[in-house]
Amino acid sequence: MPDVNITVDGKKLAVPAGTLLIEACKSVGIEVPSFCYYPGLSLQGACRMCLVKIEKMPKLQTACTTVVTEGMVVSTEIDEVRQARKAMLELLLANHPLDCPVCDAGGECELQDMTFSYGAAESKLIDIKNHKDEQQWSPVVYFDRPRCIMCYRCVRICGEGMDVWALGTANRGSAQLIMPNHSDYLECEECGMCIDICPVGALTSGAYRYKTRPWEMKHVGTVCTHCADGCKTTLGVRRSPTGMQIVRGDNRDKSGINGDFLCIKGRYAFDFASHDHRIQQPLIRREGRHVPASYDQAYEHIALRLKEIREQHGGHAIGVIGSTRTSNEESYLLQKFARLLLGTNNIDHHRTADFPSFAGALARKKDATASMRDVFNAPAILLIGNDPTEQHPLLAWQIRNNVRLHRARLYVVNSSPIKLRRQAASFTQIPAGSEPQLAAFLAGDDSAANALASGEITREALAALRDKLRGEPNLIIIFGSELRGSSIDSLVRFGAAISGAKFVCLGDYANSRGAADMGLYPDLLPGYVPVGSGARFHEEWGAPVPTEPGMNLLQMVDAAKAGRLKALYIVGANPVARYNLDPFALSKTFIVAHDMFLTETALLAEVILPAANAYEKSGTFTNTCGDLQLLKKAGDITTVKSDFEMLLRVADRLGFDLRQLVPFRQAERADLGQSRGAQSGEADRHAIWLEAHGLEPKLSPFDPIAMLDEIQRLVPGYDVSRVELLAGNDQHTSIEAGVASSIASQPELILPANDTLFTSGTLGRYSRTLNSVIENPRRAPADKADREVVV
Amino acid sequence: MPLSAEERREIEAEFPRYPTRRAVCIDAMKIVQRHRGWISDESLEDIAQLLEMSLDELDGVATFYNLLFRKPVGRHVVLLCDSVSCWIMGYDRLRERLCSKLGARLGETTADGRFTLLPIVCLGACDHAPAMMVDEDLHRDLDPEKAEQALENYK
Repeated sequence: MPDVNITVDGKKLAVPAGTLLIEACKSVGIEVPSFCYYPGLSLQGACRMCLVKIEKMPKLQTACTTVVTEGMVVSTEIDEVRQARKAMLELLLANHPLDCPVCDAGGECELQDMTFSYGAAESKLIDIKNHKDEQQWSPVVYFDRPRCIMCYRCVRICGEGMDVWALGTANRGSAQLIMPNHSDYLECEECGMCIDICPVGALTSGAYRYKTRPWEMKHVGTVCTHCADGCKTTLGVRRSPTGMQIVRGDNRDKSGINGDFLCIKGRYAFDFASHDHRIQQPLIRREGRHVPASYDQAYEHIALRLKEIREQHGGHAIGVIGSTRTSNEESYLLQKFARLLLGTNNIDHHRTADFPSFAGALARKKDATASMRDVFNAPAILLIGNDPTEQHPLLAWQIRNNVRLHRARLYVVNSSPIKLRRQAASFTQIPAGSEPQLAAFLAGDDSAANALASGEITREALAALRDKLRGEPNLIIIFGSELRGSSIDSLVRFGAAISGAKFVCLGDYANSRGAADMGLYPDLLPGYVPVGSGARFHEEWGAPVPTEPGMNLLQMVDAAKAGRLKALYIVGANPVARYNLDPFALSKTFIVAHDMFLTETALLAEVILPAANAYEKSGTFTNTCGDLQLLKKAGDITTVKSDFEMLLRVADRLGFDLRQLVPFRQAERADLGQSRGAQSGEADRHAIWLEAHGLEPKLSPFDPIAMLDEIQRLVPGYDVSRVELLAGNDQHTSIEAGVASSIASQPELILPANDTLFTSGTLGRYSRTLNSVIENPRRAPADKADREVVV
Repeated sequence: MPLSAEERREIEAEFPRYPTRRAVCIDAMKIVQRHRGWISDESLEDIAQLLEMSLDELDGVATFYNLLFRKPVGRHVVLLCDSVSCWIMGYDRLRERLCSKLGARLGETTADGRFTLLPIVCLGACDHAPAMMVDEDLHRDLDPEKAEQALENYK
């Protein structure tokens, strides 16, 4: 269709046919005020703020519901329009208390801005304003009726965007109000989208209300540390006696891969950072009790014991377990520390998806991983296993809204009737555990249908589904941890025959993909390079590293039980609880743990180092799709340090040349005392400037960006644009396996997290908000509820 | 109490007349109200399920229409017009008499469950004000005595 020519305030412009007038105006920088209009939601036409004058039309028209037509002449700044806007505001303010000084939204309120612009605060109306006391609808959602201007944004985002439909309106007319799905409380996914989208302060957050004002916070855009989808969350940070306190999470600038979206975890579950049980100082076990020690004592103790064990028993008597929530730089450093310095390949982490098999299978099909953004734009999606609504809320949002806004076709195959079936063009329920047979069937093995067909699902229906999928170009195939090993290979074989097909392998936890990509495996170096063929790493690292595969996590525990494993270095992981290990199996082993809390695992350690979490450090995360994003440090907690720094301090005590571990600027002298400056993000901004001017950044060894240099150089698929990354944009990494066939992925070690919307592994236990929602969705205020933490 | 077979049949009979199921919502609620006198939360849930719409959306409709009752009402509903013409012509005396006679204020139901007294804005009978409506019958040109008498016919 040809573009339509219109004139707005004397400016001539051509916009695509079908464009809404309000969007056309926006495209040339003319702002038409509106409350109820919201891009991506259905049109409402409720607030009447966007009235404009269109020539030849008798009355003012709403720009948000008017589609442009050829030759339209529009005025947005004439007196008639300004007068109308002021009059509309007066009506919107009829019952509004104008209590901006005590309102949470004060300072970032669209109604406040408009009232300042049009001077409608003085009303001609003399009637008494309708008042209703504030209501608490859930631990996180509060409603102040008088502030509401009935724009329906919350109703629409909850229904259309989230497919929850928990909000509605009652008593349409002058006493109209928004109501929750139960008479006085909400039963919903607690995502808080309604609060974020509210243009005024009618819906406020239980976690943030009355705590501070927006201008008193520093706003840091970083990546959520909970599930593996990698939503950008903007943390509002305020000074506190311990350094800093996160008081709010939202997606203020909507610039991340998640756009408007955040779930309860990204928005509210930052409160673990200020939990009372947080370890505040290093602990060393003496005579059976953990006693506080200085960092120096702790480093010295660790270095002495590790040196002793390495010299007496060799590197293979030491094991290392990494984390699914530490940054890529930390995971990379950890495996390098283990291989280069401790001389061991006994490296593992809590595996939640079979990424090595995925990498191996992708040898058949290059560049075939889909990014999180792709999921929103694909014409068709096949989802096998998993329940994204619970485990991958952003992915579910992308799928749901792709179906709603772009009419994508969604095919769901699952063993239970998951919620996303409501958006599906086809839903196929298969017996639990038969996902591998499905993969085989899709790949062409007709006999596999025997295990799948039951009841309504006939062999013919399965064959029809397969034929249909084969005819879906650019299909995105998303699969959960139900598919492992050779099943992934079958699935990729099926997808390889579809032109433009791409894949997403779903893992759990914020950086489990990063942990896998960075080589936290006994048999794989970073980038899924088998340990036996890592010539380029050996060359770069300048030292031989063990080439025999090491022990995996469970083998390490067995070895510890048998007394062969003398030391275990655990960074940010809780294998004792996750794998339900017998604590006594580890009683003879020297254990070091980096952790935030005294978890089941940390309790067994001889030395515990208090770790910073993802919100307290810089670095990068890779989400489950492979999108690389920058972590920005929100602030410092005085008593804890990043795993990166602590590992380096231990390496330093072991007498190792740090330049060999972190390739920071060779000519500069390292200043170990300046860790704060290097970690604060200062270096990131410098790096952008320096790179733009063709200069090398000056770096300290504690600057994770120095490690990122090496990762980008050595890890296949990570050579993405550094400037884009530093500027806060997501960059999709491709996954490339070196030698596909030599990967032994050991799928039996995969243990999915099975988190719900309101749990988040060990970390989730320490979030008051999550606990309050789980325990008592009806009434408990978020700041009062606290589940007894069992350790 | 789930929807009765008859209610369900009557509602489903409306489906062919509209392009979508949710378009039937007002008729469906009227049908249920005819059978039960009012629309309880449970009825509302059942109707929402049948019409494949969200409970909140349906309640938004229910609470918009003042003749769809979301609370129990008496056997007969008295709608007393309180708009301008009726007011001028003696609505307030009418109201006082009815309230004292029935022992119920506006919005309330008599103790014996016989009448519910409700205000309404304009019955469209301004030329015969003051007016009131009892169930489906319009009563015009009222005074307190005539109004009281009119109620005698509703047991």
